[in-house]
Amino acid sequence: MTAEARSDALRLTHVTKIFGGVTALDDVAFSVGAGEVHCLAGENGSGKSTLIKIITGVYQPEPGAGMQIFGQDYPRITPTQARMAGIAVIWQDLALFAEMTVAENIAFETLLGNRPRPVSYARLRADAQAALAQLDVGLDLDARLGSLPIAQRQIVAIARALVSDARLIFMDEPTASLTQSETDALLAVVRTLSARGVAVVFVSHRLAEVLDISSRVTVLRDGRLVGVYPTEGMTQSRLTELMTGASFAQGVMARDTASQPEVLRIDGLGRAGDYSDISLTLRAGEVLGLTGLIGAGRTELCHTLFGMTRADRGTITLNGRDLRMTSNRDAVAEGIAYVSEDRLALGLIQPQSIADNAVLAVLRKITSSAGLLSSQKKEDTVSHWISELAVKIGKPSDAVSTLSGGNQQRVVLAKWLATEPKVLILDCPTVGVDVGARAGIFRIVRALAEKGLAILLVSDEVPEVYMNADRVLHMAGGRIVAEWDPRQTGLTDMEAAVYA
Amino acid sequence: MHSFLRAYPTESKLLAVLLVICAALSLASPDFLTLVNFSSLLNNNAVNVIWAVGLLVVLIAGGIDISFAVAASVVQYLCVYAFAGIGGGNWALGFLFAGGFGLMLGLINAFLIHQFRIISIVVTISTFNAFFGLLMFFSSGRFLYNLPSWWSQRVILWEYQTASGTWAELILPVAVMASAMLATWVLIRRTTTGRQLYAFGDNPEGARRAGIPIGLMQAIAFGWCGMMAGIGGLMQAHITKEVIPNALIGRELEVLAAVVLGGARLGGGRGSVLGCFLGVLLVAITQNGLNLLGVSPYAFKMVVGIIILLAISTSNLDPAKWFETRKEDRK
Repeated sequence: MTAEARSDALRLTHVTKIFGGVTALDDVAFSVGAGEVHCLAGENGSGKSTLIKIITGVYQPEPGAGMQIFGQDYPRITPTQARMAGIAVIWQDLALFAEMTVAENIAFETLLGNRPRPVSYARLRADAQAALAQLDVGLDLDARLGSLPIAQRQIVAIARALVSDARLIFMDEPTASLTQSETDALLAVVRTLSARGVAVVFVSHRLAEVLDISSRVTVLRDGRLVGVYPTEGMTQSRLTELMTGASFAQGVMARDTASQPEVLRIDGLGRAGDYSDISLTLRAGEVLGLTGLIGAGRTELCHTLFGMTRADRGTITLNGRDLRMTSNRDAVAEGIAYVSEDRLALGLIQPQSIADNAVLAVLRKITSSAGLLSSQKKEDTVSHWISELAVKIGKPSDAVSTLSGGNQQRVVLAKWLATEPKVLILDCPTVGVDVGARAGIFRIVRALAEKGLAILLVSDEVPEVYMNADRVLHMAGGRIVAEWDPRQTGLTDMEAAVYA
Repeated sequence: MHSFLRAYPTESKLLAVLLVICAALSLASPDFLTLVNFSSLLNNNAVNVIWAVGLLVVLIAGGIDISFAVAASVVQYLCVYAFAGIGGGNWALGFLFAGGFGLMLGLINAFLIHQFRIISIVVTISTFNAFFGLLMFFSSGRFLYNLPSWWSQRVILWEYQTASGTWAELILPVAVMASAMLATWVLIRRTTTGRQLYAFGDNPEGARRAGIPIGLMQAIAFGWCGMMAGIGGLMQAHITKEVIPNALIGRELEVLAAVVLGGARLGGGRGSVLGCFLGVLLVAITQNGLNLLGVSPYAFKMVVGIIILLAISTSNLDPAKWFETRKEDRK
């Protein structure tokens, strides 16, 4: 055994996993050094989750696999053994307890065990405090976890792993719902961990933020190992190519739309506490990007444009006519459609069928003269939009929950496009969607714009608006602070301004 | 004080409301703020509190139990026949039998919920009907008066003759109530098992991943509720000196309302023994006050319903938050 192998936290060889004839993992090797910060990259379905579940003992690999954790061989491993060996996974949903205190959540390990024991709240607090001290973070131990912002909950989840003496922590999509400054705080904590000899593996398909502090990245695609690469010199676009196996044309899509007729005009719009002094125009066939950090007031502005809240001052003009909306029904009637940020929770009714979801916003249009739903009209509407948006589905009667993230997003789009809107507001349309599927969504967005739809594309990912919008507005502190033309302003300048 | 307000926001609000009602009633009626009235309030509500703390554990674990009041009736019948069978019995055996029979009925619920993955409200509505049907079938609806004398004889723990000559007294169920409250408090606040119950009710998937045994949690929650149902049944028969098959039906909703009023959440993960006690007390004192004020008993349920609606609909309002935004506005 070489010295290098001995200092490995984890060394997997020849890992194969077959689920009823489908090969989820095919002869994959994976290793993480002690104290290393490592990235495990791959699209949804690439085998990342299966690999983690094998490492944590949830699944057993096919015979022939080798697994070594901190120098010790494990022919097979159970979840308890994996925990004892110092492996912890922080799932994206964090698996914390909202009604319990921060201290109880952090020191939850000490509350486990089938035999009842007395609880010492003093010890619980001391354990929690010690774990937080290791991270150089201060949190109110008596606060109810549910009252904390998501970024602090993540810290709690990390501290909880430390209480159980984790030496190898997997973090599943850790930055997905964090703002830039929160991500920076998280990265500082990860650096502290790494310096203490705890290895951290980021599992993600959005790795731009974490590439800097990682030393290597392992890329999986379709259950196979693509390779292990040093992160030095690695870029998001190169990584995307490795993950998808395809190379995307990285050209800017922006065109000149100044000659197009104005569709939506906003003058001096303001709403106390949310945004102020917003003026903008949106033209037919234009994709207008709106970017800024979480909390900049983007979503609040969208809600007003969609009639869900009312502005205190200023006017909204649609096709030269003053808009007065009291609810989002008015907005739909005026031809404004909104695809919300939280697609899974708010945009779709998961257990219902694809067809039912697609016609949800146009029920009145597909009723027969007797006032009952017409199944013929419904079928026509559904099949039209499914082919228009190239949704990959089995049957229209299948539940939406059976679709992949990208296809669910298309169903949401279909739902709103069926209302035949003049203005389409897309609020972070690619949250939780694979890199490959994102490209597909933006192809659709561009095609819709070509047909004359005015699109407001809201996103906190600057590259997304840079690539896909004709013009980009930067929102910060509730105001629009800059307007850019992607053909003139570079991505790095935009990112520097937004993330500053 | 501040930490209490923070850890128990619902309970604090409830206590404040209760104090206001008490103050108002003591001004409105001279009979309200008396030793006699308060001791009889405790005597009359001890059984509800015993049931409430049992149900609390189920609610904390994220479940609900509709069947416990009917289960208490079943336990009463089983006890009468069991004591007739062994020829007497005593209080020690009484608690053992009542608690044991109740525990078994609770475990039936837990088994069905865990084994067949049916949600608890469906299971307990079914067992509510099954228990009641079996009871009526086997008892033919007969009332039982042949309780052993140790069971039906009034046990007075404390008595005091007031200046006006009336007696204030506390009876055995009040002591049992206090023990039930203490035991439940120890279980849910002071043992690891209790904290696991909170965690399980709060986030079942998270609890499962952390390695908490789900089946055991259901068994403890519904077993505890069943045991308290049985003991409450024993006390109720002790007070009324008779066993009537349909006497307790309907009490489950009254107790459920009081527990929810006390801050327990139907979604699980929240609730306290103090809240249960205050919830039962608020309903009881309101009825008591209306009674003393000469309001028609027919109006009681309406008033109680309105109080519960008010409490639930204002429970998400946070006065501290209004204050914060005001401060911000001033800036």
